[in-house]
Amino acid sequence: MAAPYELSDDSVVVVIGSGAGGGTLGNELAQKGIDTVILEAGGRHEFTDFINDEWGSFGQLAWLDNRTTSGDWRVSRDFPNLPAWIVKAVGGSTTHWAGASLRFQEHELRVLSEYGAVEGANLLDWPITLADLEPYYDKAEKKMRVTRTHDLPGLPGNNNYKIMEAGAKKLGYKEVHTGRMAINSVDDDRPMCQQSGFCFQGCKFSAKWSTLYTEIPEGEETGKLEVRANAHVLKIEHDDSGKVSGVVYADKDGNQHRQAARAVCVAGNSIESPRMLLNSASSQFPDGLANSSGQVGKNYMRHMTGSVYAVFDKPVNFYRGTTMAGIISDEARNNPKRGFVGGYEMETLALGLPFMAAFLNPGAWGREFTAALDMYDHMAGMWIVGEDMPQESNAISLHDELKDAHGMPIPNVHFTDHPNDVAMRNHAYGQGSAVYDAVGATATYPTPPYPSTHNLGTNRMSAKPEDGVVNKFGQTHDIANLFISDGSQFTTGAAENPTLTIVTLAIRQADYIAEQMSQGAI
Amino acid sequence: MRVLNKQEAISRRGFLTGAGGMALITASGAVLSPSQGWAVEVKALKPETMATLIQMARDIYPHDRLADKFYAKAVKTHDETAAKDSAHKQLIEDGVAYIDSRTEVRHKVAGYRALGWEADRAAMLRLIEDQAFFQALRGGLVVGLYNQKEIWPMFGYEGASADQGGYIERGFDDLDWV
Ligand SMILES: Cc1cc2nc3c(=O)[nH]c(=O)nc-3n(C[C@H](O)[C@H](O)[C@H](O)COP(=O)(O)OP(=O)(O)OC[C@H]3O[C@@H](n4cnc5c(N)ncnc54)[C@H](O)[C@@H]3O)c2cc1C
Repeated sequence: MAAPYELSDDSVVVVIGSGAGGGTLGNELAQKGIDTVILEAGGRHEFTDFINDEWGSFGQLAWLDNRTTSGDWRVSRDFPNLPAWIVKAVGGSTTHWAGASLRFQEHELRVLSEYGAVEGANLLDWPITLADLEPYYDKAEKKMRVTRTHDLPGLPGNNNYKIMEAGAKKLGYKEVHTGRMAINSVDDDRPMCQQSGFCFQGCKFSAKWSTLYTEIPEGEETGKLEVRANAHVLKIEHDDSGKVSGVVYADKDGNQHRQAARAVCVAGNSIESPRMLLNSASSQFPDGLANSSGQVGKNYMRHMTGSVYAVFDKPVNFYRGTTMAGIISDEARNNPKRGFVGGYEMETLALGLPFMAAFLNPGAWGREFTAALDMYDHMAGMWIVGEDMPQESNAISLHDELKDAHGMPIPNVHFTDHPNDVAMRNHAYGQGSAVYDAVGATATYPTPPYPSTHNLGTNRMSAKPEDGVVNKFGQTHDIANLFISDGSQFTTGAAENPTLTIVTLAIRQADYIAEQMSQGAI
Repeated sequence: MRVLNKQEAISRRGFLTGAGGMALITASGAVLSPSQGWAVEVKALKPETMATLIQMARDIYPHDRLADKFYAKAVKTHDETAAKDSAHKQLIEDGVAYIDSRTEVRHKVAGYRALGWEADRAAMLRLIEDQAFFQALRGGLVVGLYNQKEIWPMFGYEGASADQGGYIERGFDDLDWV
């Protein structure tokens, strides 16, 4: 029942990207009867097509178009052309994601007030409060069936969780459980988690929420949503009045088309979204669309991350079961006595052998490295994820020379840790190791950050137009019918995994767009 | 707990013949291991070069439970690439020749493979770890070695699980020792 729309139909809302932000927004708009076209650069792979194989799945779903990197981060040295691990497919990164779904803490929406100015950090309060978000968080959690919310039970703990929980309790941590996960803990129209251990490769049981098989088919069923796969947007166009009027995209054969639009919502994740705005520069907007503040592409955040893997004298088999259903939240609060502002979460994590070899200590070799891998089935592991500091110099910019297959400049991703990020990571490495030492680890490995899975902040939300790119509804300050609908809206990153908040903002934005349309404002 | 048998499921003949995994080079230009029953045809590279690459691969990622054939399979791609790409062929041949000559000067033995201790060979590799030859060799091994499904059970990794219904009935929470 998917509605096909004419290229010349200028009554449609065009959403760019079908991931957490775009897929959700597209469905929400369609549910309200608004004609919506989602343009998605990647192909459509249904969950039955997913591959239980790390590199195989990566080849099937990941965004592999060339990107470059700069800055002091180690990713730039180890993976110079892979700054981010995100997806190019219908469903976006919600195909690969682990499902950890946490609300922000109240103070995390006003960190400048809470932490005070931090040297070198471009901190700003969000123009919205937790109270503004709460009703939408409720909707998002229900939609995504987040465990431990709205009376849904938690997932059972796997072997990796059992180790983490035992260690955490010995250390006196209190907030320890199997997480709030957008993974079914009970059967409904999708099955409950079968503990396959391949959350990162796309859930072959569809137990994990992904826009691919929830939002998108629901939207299509209304007859008001068309999802056009293999449609890679190159440019957003505007008319003489400065309103956006359509987008130019390339199909899978490289042929270019122009889809007219009443409004455009950009949800290509935090590298591609600013890239599209910058690549859409015109004589009227020489610095790119919606960039009067100069903040498009700036303040790139990727969360303070790292992992701690630990080896035990007995087997763990941590690759079995839900990848990330386990959390310690005691360190998530702001307690500057630890030597840094903000906080972090500790979440269970397991990789298969192929990814462990690639990511445990990239570039390392020799017997010290293989001694660790030889104990693969005796390993437990956790990911640490905390708030990083927005810095104006951490930025997505257009490459001076290199172009993609369609002739558009490719993005460069520049990132250097803030001293606060480094202090927090070191603290987290210490605490993570202590958790495992408390239950008899024979070795622990403080593992460096992977290519970014959480990409945030590059079109940030601000009360004042001079401080950021969008207002409190994700509407660009400069162009009334141009919206940002993904994690690039984030003013700051908070300690929590971002997707629940991206979905929450998208639901809220859909209400606002519908209201603006009915008022004739856009 | 359900734990895996990490022994490789092959005929035991290789182990019974006793001899270590020293690779031989045949006149027809193959590298083979009579004791372990495998052989690699070499098309573009010198057979001696292939034998050295196999040794280097083991020295880069030494896993004593893995037979040489897995390392041979992992580096064989360099021969295939060399057959199509003369620059790659030169990178590999020059890289091996360079390290052989450095080894002869330093240790007075007939090249890299003649050096008896892994620690000494690894020290030779450390000298070139920033060079393109080493980067190509090590970089290729990360996927070329660890993505061979045959070796996964030897690390206790079971690979795909959805076709078996996941681990819900197969030990996702069978840890009984904490
Ligand atoms: C391995 C992994 C694990 C993760 N685990 C978690 C977790 O547990 N919890 C959590 O909160 N988050 C997690 N994340 C992050 C989560 O996936 C992202 O935060 C979220 O999907 C971002 O939503 P988005 O809408 O901004 O972008 P995406 O979901 O990445 O969607 C963007 C879409 O836009 C498309 N696109 C980009 N450019 C164009 C263009 N020019 N034209 C057309 N289409 C375009 C892309 O192809 C993509 O499909 C994880 C991510 C990964 C990779």
